[in-house]
Parts: sequence; C-alpha cells; structure tokens
Amino acid sequence: MNPYLPVAIFLAVALAAALLFTVLPGLLAQRKPNPLKLEAYECGVEPTSSVSGRFPVRFYLIAMLFVIFDVEAASFYPWAVELHALKLFGLLEMVVFIVVLGIGYAYVWKRGGLAWK
Amino acid sequence: MLVIFVKSAVLLLVVVTTFAYAMLFERKILGWMQLRPGPNRVGPWGLLQPAADAAKLILKEDLTPKTADPLIYRLAPFISLLTAFAVYAVVPFGANGDGSPWAIGDVNAGILFLMAISSIGVYGISLGGWASGSKFPLLGAVRGTAQMISYELSMSLSFVGVLMLAGTTSLTGIVNAQERLWFLIPQALGFVIYVITAVAETNRTPFDLVEAETELVGGFHTEYSGLRFGSFFIAEYVNMLTVSCIATLLFLGGWNAPFGLTLVPGLAWFVLKVGAFMFFYMWLRATLPRFRYDRLMTFGWKVLLPLATLNLVATAAWVALH
Repeated sequence: MNPYLPVAIFLAVALAAALLFTVLPGLLAQRKPNPLKLEAYECGVEPTSSVSGRFPVRFYLIAMLFVIFDVEAASFYPWAVELHALKLFGLLEMVVFIVVLGIGYAYVWKRGGLAWK
Repeated sequence: MLVIFVKSAVLLLVVVTTFAYAMLFERKILGWMQLRPGPNRVGPWGLLQPAADAAKLILKEDLTPKTADPLIYRLAPFISLLTAFAVYAVVPFGANGDGSPWAIGDVNAGILFLMAISSIGVYGISLGGWASGSKFPLLGAVRGTAQMISYELSMSLSFVGVLMLAGTTSLTGIVNAQERLWFLIPQALGFVIYVITAVAETNRTPFDLVEAETELVGGFHTEYSGLRFGSFFIAEYVNMLTVSCIATLLFLGGWNAPFGLTLVPGLAWFVLKVGAFMFFYMWLRATLPRFRYDRLMTFGWKVLLPLATLNLVATAAWVALH
C-alpha cells in the first residue's frame, strides 16, 4: 500500500473536523443583532479612520529576505541526509555554499537590512 | 481503509482531548505558580472546566465586523485549525517489537511533511488579522507574520544537524538512530535553538507578540468571538503539542527508554517526554515577560541565524570526518 494513502485519509478526516468547527457557530450560536456590535473594535470609541493597510516597508524586506534564506535552508536538507556518503567532498561543497551565503548575509547586515530602529 | 479511517478519527479525538486538558492544566499550573488554586468550581478539582468552556464557546454569538472581508474572515480560523490537525498524519507515537511505528502514515519524508504543513499555519494568522478590517488585528497579524517567518529560518536550520546524524528524513528512522544516544547531547546547541524558535513559532510567551494583550488588545483575533476564536485557541494549543512531539522525536529520543529502563513501555516514555516539554511551555509563561519587538527581530536575524549556521557547519565537519 502506498504510505501516503493513510496520510490522505487522515487529511480528509482533519478537513471534516475543521469544517465542523467552521459551520457550528452558524448553526448553534445565538444571535442578538445590534449595529454597535458590528463596529470594528477600537477601545469603545467609534473607529476614527478606516484601516489603511499601509505599514513600514521593513516588513516587505523581511519577507523578501525570508524567501531567499528559506530556499537556501531547503537546499541543506538533501545534502544533510547524504552527508554520510559524500564525506569530505560534501563538506567542502557546502562550506563554499555557506561562504557565498555569508557574503550576502554580511552585505544585508551592513546595509541595515536587519536593523529595527 | 475503514481501519485507517477509524484510527484517524480516534487520533483526532485524542489530540482535541489532550488540548482540552492541556488548557486546564496550564490554568492550574499558572494558578499554583501564582499561589492561587486555579479553576476548581466545575466538577471535582475543576476537571469538567474544558467541557464548560467548550459549551460556552459554541453557544456564544458569532460576530463579523461590518468592515471585515466575510469569506476570508471565516476561512482564517479554518486554515489554522486544519494545519494544526494535519501534521498528526505522520507523527509516530511508539513502535511494535518488529520496528513498525504506531503512526497513521509512516512516510520517509516525515520531517519535510511536518515543516511544510506547519509553515502553512502562518496564513491563518496573517489572513485572520488582515480580513478583520480593524486596526489592532492588522498590527498583530503583520508583526506575527514577520516574526514567524524570521524564526522559521533558524528552526529549519536547527533540524539539519539531526538529519546529518540520523541520515534520514523519516521520523521513525530518526528515533531509531537515537537508540544509544539521544540527539540532545551531540545537538545541544541545535536543541536550544529549536526550543527558542519553536516557542516563537507557536506565538507563546515570551514571544506572544501577535496577541500582546497589553498593547494590541487581543492581536490578530481581537474581532473573533465564539467558536471562531476557539478555533484559533485550539490551533495554538495543538501546535504546542506538535512542537513538543517534534522535540521528543528529534532530540529527546522519542519512545526510547533512558538508562535502559525498557520495563516501562515506549508509549509511556513518549507521553512523559511530551508532557515534560508542555510543562516547560507553561513554566515559561508564568516566568518571563514579553520581548520587545525590535529586540525579537534583531535576536532572530543577528543571533539565532548565525548560531544555527555555526551548529550546522560544526555538525557537518564532525559527520564528514568520522
């Protein structure tokens, strides 16, 4: 039997359970509508302005850095599993890879990409 | 087929029940650490408290702010809950005498599956906060997303050392590789990095900046009520349980008995180790104040990431030269 078949069945059961939690409030929860309840929360006063959706550009920078570094991290996985067989060759290859990565990291650090002031 | 179906349903029930009692025990433990009794009114010793909480959450009014995006607002807790549950498809809890594991699916890419599914969980928080159409949830969600992706990097690097020592990505294989020596000892630095990043990934004190009730009201779930809030809550505790299971499987020897105490069955050791890790979580919450956000990000990028890389290179050198 394919080992992923039980995984798929479990995922289906998990999906059903999560769906149950999503539809249950609509079926069982009590309803006492009141226009004030539907206001966005702002410490009890009327919302002063709408949500602008603008936030510091640093967060975008972090997201971009994450994509770069996470792809690198993913490439460590197959190498790590086979390191027993690759021995010194594998080690040297990866040291070169990490040095290249480290140059990029040092550059980002120096340009203030990691600073939160 | 049917057997797997029933097993899956039973496992999910066990996970949800564990969540319910983990929550009760957390409140009890926090109570004891602050010299008060904790919940003790519902049932003997407060043991029926989870049932009372569940009934309250289910019956409570389900509000959607008029500024919210209704579809995504409802989708977000669903994503959180589904990803929290889904990881249990590959987690092994013990093994038969012949080495076949007690797991729903014994896949050879177990750790990759875990990483992949748990990374999707960040969508629940970022979409939930964004779709609420309100200021505090948006702030919590943006902060939380940046925090979770930053710490995920060091977390995935802390696994690499274990993979090198075990030479496999199968969770059962990793546990079997620890029969003689738990990876906690050769991977002590990796374990410390994993613990820190795991607490940050599950958004627990001292890294609970997505909620940060003293500054952001309730963070990303400010607008949620009733069972939709409950879904986020369940997801958080189930994620804690998952993290404890991963720590046990990867670093604490899984179901292997310490000091040759094989008289006690493996499952009992597994439960004991997971329970000890869960207790550590609650202890942290009772002890530590919250990190400041700029320090959190600086720590993640400038301390943990280089440390995790250092650990990786050192382990690689040791494995390759032996």
